[in-house]
Order: sequence, then C-alpha cells, then structure tokens
Amino acid sequence: MKFGVVVFPGSNCDADCYHVIDKVLEQPVTYLWHGHDDLQGVDCIIVPGGFSYGDYLRTGSIARFSPVMNKVVDFGKKGGLILGICNGFQILTEAGLLPGALIRNPSLQFRCENAYLRVERADTPFTNEFTRGQVIQIPIAHGEGSYVADEETLKRIEDNGQVLFRYCNARGEITPEANPNGSLHNIAGIINDEGNVLGMMPHPERCSEKILGGEDGLLLFKSLVKWWMGGAGR
Amino acid sequence: MLKAIVTIHLKKSILDPQGSAVHRALKALGYQGVEEVRVGKHIEVFLADTNKGEAEEKVKEMCAKLLANPVIEDYRIEIVEVGA
Repeated sequence: MKFGVVVFPGSNCDADCYHVIDKVLEQPVTYLWHGHDDLQGVDCIIVPGGFSYGDYLRTGSIARFSPVMNKVVDFGKKGGLILGICNGFQILTEAGLLPGALIRNPSLQFRCENAYLRVERADTPFTNEFTRGQVIQIPIAHGEGSYVADEETLKRIEDNGQVLFRYCNARGEITPEANPNGSLHNIAGIINDEGNVLGMMPHPERCSEKILGGEDGLLLFKSLVKWWMGGAGR
Repeated sequence: MLKAIVTIHLKKSILDPQGSAVHRALKALGYQGVEEVRVGKHIEVFLADTNKGEAEEKVKEMCAKLLANPVIEDYRIEIVEVGA
C-alpha cells in the first residue's frame, strides 16, 4: 500500500509521518510537493501538520489552492483515502472535503499535551484496529483546533456517525474538563459522509513507537493497511 | 483605480476568543460599559477596474473563494475610488 505525504512550505510534521510509514509501518511512501500536481499513484494521502503558507489569512486557506491540493480534492471525491492531521484537518475543511471549520481555542492557549480520546467507531478504514469505545492517548499541539459547525451540519454528522474521535477523560467520559479546545461535542476527528476522508487535530504520528511514549497512533496507520489489504486495494 | 475594502467578521453565532480577550483587557484598563468586542479583518484590494459594479462582483467572488470562510465568517465590501 503506497502512501503519499503532502509537503507545503511550513509543513513540520511531514518527516514524522514519512518516518512512521517507512520505518515503523514498513510500507512504501513518497513526498508529494505542493507545487506539483502528480499524485504518483499513491493509495492513501496524508496531509500533515504544520503551518502551511504561514497560516496567513486563515489556517489552511491558502494551502487549499495549491496545485497538489486540486488533485487531492479530486482523489478524495473519487473515494481515495485521505488522512488530514492538525493543519491537515484545517486544510481539508477549507477544501470542502470535510464539513465545519477549526477556529482559535477559546482559551487562546496553544495546547501541547497528551489528550485522551474515545474511539466512537471501529468499522472504518481508519479505526478497524481499535475497539468501539476504546480510550486512547494521542498528543495534540495546536492553537486553532476548536471544531465548529452550524447546528444542522452538527446534527447531520452526529446522525451519520461521522465523529470518530472525541476528547474524553481517562475513564472515557465526555466532559467539558476533558475538552482542550472548546470543540463542539468534544469533537477531535471526523470523517466525510462517504467515510474515505478523516480529519483529526491529534497527532497519531507522534505516538507510533514505544520510545516516544505510546503506540496508540500506530493502530490508526495499521487500520489503513489492514483495510487496504483486506480487499479495498484489489 | 478602485479600492475594495473588505471587512470580515466571525458570524454572531461563533465565539470570538480574541474579542473576548480584548474585552477583558479593556475592562482591566477601567473602561466601563463596554458590552462586547468582536475582532475582525480589514483587507484592501486595489483594482485596475473602473466600473464599481463589476469590481464588487469580482471581489464578492474573491471573498467566496478565498478571503472569507462562509462556514464561520460574514463579510462586507465597500468600493471606493482612489487616485492613480
């Protein structure tokens, strides 16, 4: 299963993602430069974290118009697997691949810490190595990760089961205290209606090896491979 | 030459943390009766166009595509003439 990691000016988690795919997951991986419009035949695209184009105007707003993103949007609309992490999540909402938007944390703090997440579904390409209701720990690092959407959209994504991860406490309870950024419904990660595009603020690539303090993130990448090898790739 | 002044604000329904922080600061400075503060963006776009209507249409399109995010923001456009 071939992965592609998009690189914008200002991306800073691209090498981490590349490392996890290459050295830990042991799958083929290539960088996809923002100025090129060639997806190099990849099976899954990762839009990594960072501060693409300096986050000028709004986070993700300028990155979304780069040559590579036009191709990424087409790829996603045709059912291709896309994982957007942190700034990648912000870019995917700006590109219209995911509903809602990410705004400044109400605390105004840049939150950089381990966050507990509850896995809401285990039957997706991204979460099949988890169990439903499992509490995992994945680090966050963002100043603008507060998920917002209008009431109608929020109801739709809840009814469709599009919320994959929610901020929770160590016991898996969804509480205001466990919410690091004021996201509506404690939302940490959502998929699109078709289920092939995931956006999440936490960083699974930062906890995919024991030496980095945890391996919960690796299960997400393993889920993708399992799903692909299990038939989606044939 | 025309100048389009684009003012962008978070929608009323969206919490504005920057505005709240500035509001608290104004209170701390002793200003009484400040009910609310909202922080927005002010963008000036200089255009070679001479027709105000066409210019406004063009800037509206710019807002829809890039300058504003309709999910969270409202915008206002004012077109003024400026000397060459």
